[in-house]
Amino acid sequence: MTEKTPVLSVRNLVVEIPTRHGILRPVDNVSYDIHAGEILGVVGESGAGKSMTGNAVVGLLDRPARITSGEILLSGQHIHTLKGEALRRLRGKMMGMIFQDPLTSLNPLLTVGDQLTETIQEHLKVGQTEARNRAIAALEEVGIPAARSRIDSYPHEFSGGMRQRVVIALALCAEPDLVIADEPTTALDVSVQAQIVALLKRLCREKGVAVMLVTHDMGVIAEAADRVAVMYAGRLAELGPVREVLTAAHHPYTAGLMASTPLASQGKERLRQIPGAMPRLGNLPDGCAFHPRCDYAQDRCRANPGPTLDTCDGRAACWFPLNTKQKDEVSA
Amino acid sequence: MADIQQEIRPSRLRRAWDSDLAWSFRHAPVAVVSAFVVLVLVIGAVLAPLIAPHNPFDPATLNLMNGFTPPNQANQFTGDYFILGTDDQGRDVFSTILYGMRISLFVGFAAVLLAMVLGVALGLLAGYLGGWTETIIMRVADVQLTFPAILVAMLIFGIAKGITPPEYRDQMAIWVLILAIGLSDWVQFARVVRGATLVEKNREYVQAARLIGRSPFAIMLRHILPNVLNPVLVIATISLALAIIAEATLSFLGVGAPPTKPSLGTLIRIGQEFMFSGEWWILFFPAATLLALALSINLLGDWLRDALNPRLR
Repeated sequence: MTEKTPVLSVRNLVVEIPTRHGILRPVDNVSYDIHAGEILGVVGESGAGKSMTGNAVVGLLDRPARITSGEILLSGQHIHTLKGEALRRLRGKMMGMIFQDPLTSLNPLLTVGDQLTETIQEHLKVGQTEARNRAIAALEEVGIPAARSRIDSYPHEFSGGMRQRVVIALALCAEPDLVIADEPTTALDVSVQAQIVALLKRLCREKGVAVMLVTHDMGVIAEAADRVAVMYAGRLAELGPVREVLTAAHHPYTAGLMASTPLASQGKERLRQIPGAMPRLGNLPDGCAFHPRCDYAQDRCRANPGPTLDTCDGRAACWFPLNTKQKDEVSA
Repeated sequence: MADIQQEIRPSRLRRAWDSDLAWSFRHAPVAVVSAFVVLVLVIGAVLAPLIAPHNPFDPATLNLMNGFTPPNQANQFTGDYFILGTDDQGRDVFSTILYGMRISLFVGFAAVLLAMVLGVALGLLAGYLGGWTETIIMRVADVQLTFPAILVAMLIFGIAKGITPPEYRDQMAIWVLILAIGLSDWVQFARVVRGATLVEKNREYVQAARLIGRSPFAIMLRHILPNVLNPVLVIATISLALAIIAEATLSFLGVGAPPTKPSLGTLIRIGQEFMFSGEWWILFFPAATLLALALSINLLGDWLRDALNPRLR
């Protein structure tokens, strides 16, 4: 990777929610970069902090959740030093977002054309006709047939997959540098999922858009992402190129996730799962947050404060990473 | 491909006729009958100067000899015929009802409009902005709900009457009525709109609009308002019936429309003075009209509520 400035750079981000049981940290000390044209997959169980990280980046955190420390840089520019209107405009111009449910991410009472031109005109200084032409072009780009006549249709006149294409067009039409896709395929059936993932991948390559792809579907990650960040209990468990992480996971949690992905070739074998459930945020265990469920946990995992990517090898937040050269030492 | 692009969309009228709402209307006899009654009454009121056989407020056309003519009979002195009879002054009851409905309907519509604009605006602000704005607006609403609406209206009416000079009182009475009923009725609009706004504002399309940097007011007007209008429409219809009844109540109590510009309520108040002396028609016909009007509007509102409720479809 060349030493260009990443489109999005998150540094030691902490999001806190004050509650009567103390302060919860749904996002705890998370750092990563996304470069232009790159797709970063973010995976983890429900409640691991995936969506919360995405929402913190785009500024859609709802009270009482708030960013308490860390930095978010868009193309090298600190965005938390900007306030109010300037911040809103910058975010809107540089970011697009694709939501989980195409049923609710389009306004049911406006035609898709209205919604596209609204977004285009908000950020690009173009007239009504030009905005409409761009909207039609955006619909054609995402593979909607007869875009010129479909542009005046209402969202309910589209199927789920088509609607998600419209949502992608909506996210990309204002020419953003960064797209946050929050589980874009979860609400779709499997055959449409593959199309949507392929579309997303193609458009981002062509336009050089950086993508943060939040999902819990390992298949989607394997298909689309360049690098993958695995989150557990608000922390990054592992971060690395997708091929390496998926084939030779360093963190036992990643290995567990991979082992519990159902495969058609597995036949009648019982599906493996990681024992136990993710701890509640208000009740994290001492030491490594994963140790109660970890097959390889040792005294060091229970006693020491939770490892981070920095304190470990930079790839997995684990004292005894798997699939490394010191593997023998670990299993001993 | 070419055929698809050439596909002609049906005209607006055709699409309206084909809509679910229109279909459900055609298949609800009660709604059709109610709509017909309302339509007839509204047309009668609007065209009163053309339809009414007499102008009851032009003293030159009144003949005191015609007083207390029973309905559907010729007057025993003058031989004049009045379909619904006359009152003590010889005014044609049919004509006074037509003119009275004008006042009643005008006050009703205007008061509901005022209540709706006020309630929807405050409800949107409370729901979308939250925080102190919401607390203040909704606490005011809660306090107002602890008084009966008619008392609030009488309070506003009393204050307004106190500060208008006596010579303008009769002219101002209508507007004061509208203000009083409108201000006593905004709460339910605000509550419903706030609730619907709380749901809509967490929808992803609102988040998307926030993300692209639209201002809160643009989001409220363009994205949230159209999506919360369904319940508003239902409440507005039912409120219209309530507003007409409230106006009649106030006028009946003598604090509403003045006898020089009588509404249905004023006519009922005048009529009840003669009820026990045998001149029943002076009370009966205005009261029956009020009943038909309020009942039809209410039934229409009920139908609308069922038709627009997605859970009943």
